[in-house]
Amino acid sequence: MSSFIETGPRDPVTEGIRVDKVQPRAKLAKKIRTIIVIIVAIILLVPVFVMTVTAFKSRTDVVLPPKLFFEPTLEGFVFLLTDRSQLSGDALEEAKANADNLGIFERVALQNGQQITGPSDFIKRLTNSIIIGLGATIASVTLGLFAAYAFSRFEIPGADDLLFFILSGRMLPAVVVAIPIFLMYRQVGLHDTHLGMILVYTVFNLSLTVWLLKGFIDEIPREYEEAAMVDGYSRFQAFYKIVLPQTATGIAATTVFSLIFVWNEYAFALMLTSQNARTAPPAIATMLGRGGIEWSAIAAGTLAFLVPVLIVIFALRKHLLRGVTFGAIRQ
Amino acid sequence: MAQIQLKQVEKRFGEFQAVKPVDLTINDGEFVVLLGPSGCGKTTTLRMISGLEAVSGGKIFIGDRDVTWRNPADRDIAFVFQLYALYPHMTVQKNITFPLEAEKASKEVIQQRLKHVVDLLQIKHLLAQKPGALSGGDKQRVALGRALVRKPSVFLMDEPLGALDADFRETMRADIKKLHIAEEATTVYVTHDQIEAMAMGDRIVVMSDAVVQQVGTPHEVYYNPSNLFVARFIGSPGMNLLEGRYEDGRVHLPGGNEYVVPDRWQNALKSQLPGDQVILGFRPEAAYARGKGDLRAEVYASDLHGAFNMMHVALEPENVEAMVHIRDERGHRHAIADDIRFELEPEMVRFFDPQSEQALVLEEGS
Repeated sequence: MSSFIETGPRDPVTEGIRVDKVQPRAKLAKKIRTIIVIIVAIILLVPVFVMTVTAFKSRTDVVLPPKLFFEPTLEGFVFLLTDRSQLSGDALEEAKANADNLGIFERVALQNGQQITGPSDFIKRLTNSIIIGLGATIASVTLGLFAAYAFSRFEIPGADDLLFFILSGRMLPAVVVAIPIFLMYRQVGLHDTHLGMILVYTVFNLSLTVWLLKGFIDEIPREYEEAAMVDGYSRFQAFYKIVLPQTATGIAATTVFSLIFVWNEYAFALMLTSQNARTAPPAIATMLGRGGIEWSAIAAGTLAFLVPVLIVIFALRKHLLRGVTFGAIRQ
Repeated sequence: MAQIQLKQVEKRFGEFQAVKPVDLTINDGEFVVLLGPSGCGKTTTLRMISGLEAVSGGKIFIGDRDVTWRNPADRDIAFVFQLYALYPHMTVQKNITFPLEAEKASKEVIQQRLKHVVDLLQIKHLLAQKPGALSGGDKQRVALGRALVRKPSVFLMDEPLGALDADFRETMRADIKKLHIAEEATTVYVTHDQIEAMAMGDRIVVMSDAVVQQVGTPHEVYYNPSNLFVARFIGSPGMNLLEGRYEDGRVHLPGGNEYVVPDRWQNALKSQLPGDQVILGFRPEAAYARGKGDLRAEVYASDLHGAFNMMHVALEPENVEAMVHIRDERGHRHAIADDIRFELEPEMVRFFDPQSEQALVLEEGS
């Protein structure tokens, strides 16, 4: 015991174990991971590729065995976006003589002996999809944000039961609830209206937005708002100036999920709309049935249908990528 | 600057009583520390003063205003959080001026106050950064800056040094103390670290089990603890407490030891004890081990603390209850199991009633 004081530590510590070298095996594992991700991405993109190619094929090319090279045509888009009437005899000759003065779409129609009589319903369907999609997404994210904040921050009697109740809105498949809603909507005049569709999608999406956003808000320490409240702000100001900027990631992710759901929804749209408020998905599906299957028109429709969602995701990509790395108060 | 008054303030969470009714007056410009183990209700009390937590009963006054049901924003206070709570999406400068923007202060006022605070805390080089890039100490400096910039009448601090490294704490402790003196602000400071409390507080409020145990200057709570909890909690190690039997002016202690009660305590022991059981209390520095003295003990262990030795000695072998800590000069060496003798400084001896756990008080004229 006492000898320690006289002699000091027995052995000086002269070497350590370095942990900052990247092992070759780790490098290899990383390469393998990258390759797997690329393969999965390619597999996932195959349908998109096929669809894009089909959209530019002519009616005959579509049904032939797949070719590597073919003559691209706008036929599909013309079929999709316009109403046409068949020309015959003199009218056809006259139109062909005038071909130089015609626009691209009209020339494509003429090749099939048709003349364009006006825009098709599809533009209206796409507009409906955009109106209803944006309306329902904005409504459900806004409402969900306030509800999630309340669930996260206030003591609400029976909060757990309420949250479960909200979630239960999503448990029945749309097909099951669509018929009762259809009957009710017919009574109150919401059938085939934009408002009616926005309402039903908002309610259906609320469960998703409340739960998702509650998770994101739970991650933000209360101290931030408390600090703002002590610093002279009201609770709403603290929410607006402190919580909202930090929930940006969560709001972006929730918006995308919500929008994609509404955008792709088929069952409600099929049963609750007919002419006025019909959205794109049932409209594309009904194209299957009109005088032979116009595969290129369907592919063109699907492609056009994809673009708005792509734009939204692209606009929000920064927030989406930042994803899970927030919420650490100490750092 | 203002006085804070709590009148029968209490807090219940359902059945659980987090803070039992407390009366407390914090004087203008005073630095009061709420001290206690975790879960004792000290933070809840502070949050009730701030308005972040609603009271379940009682009234709170800041200055002469009843603020019991006012919003935090209307109380003219500043709050410093343990984990800083700097707004992560704003620069340091924006963080500091954020409270002034709430008041819609003019640009000149904002610049002038900002400069004052920045000079005071020496954080000029940090202004353009975001909180995420700062070290813990710098973050807490900025948090202090944000609190100071509004010139509030009351500062509330919830373990502001709790998340800092030990050596840096000392520096920040001095900084906060200096700021308190410079700004003459009434300050309520919560901590579980009794050394911090002793070092910083004008007065200490010791809390335990939702109850205020004692309110007093650091000197008072250290030398005259009002009950066994305070005696144990303050000091490291806490006060030595030995159970014994009082008879004929002596306390009979374990191991056949007898302690002759100083004359001035005799009356108090005779009149205030319900039975003959008593607890003798003394601080480690109140004992002298110089080879003489009435009390005999066996050395259990001895640790060198740098400036002194802390000896752990047992009045009776194998009896944990009879273990006491004695401060000894660092040159002295005692082997384990040595028998030693020690005596107690009569001025620094205290007595407690084991049933009520309260300290006995000296009677008038003795």
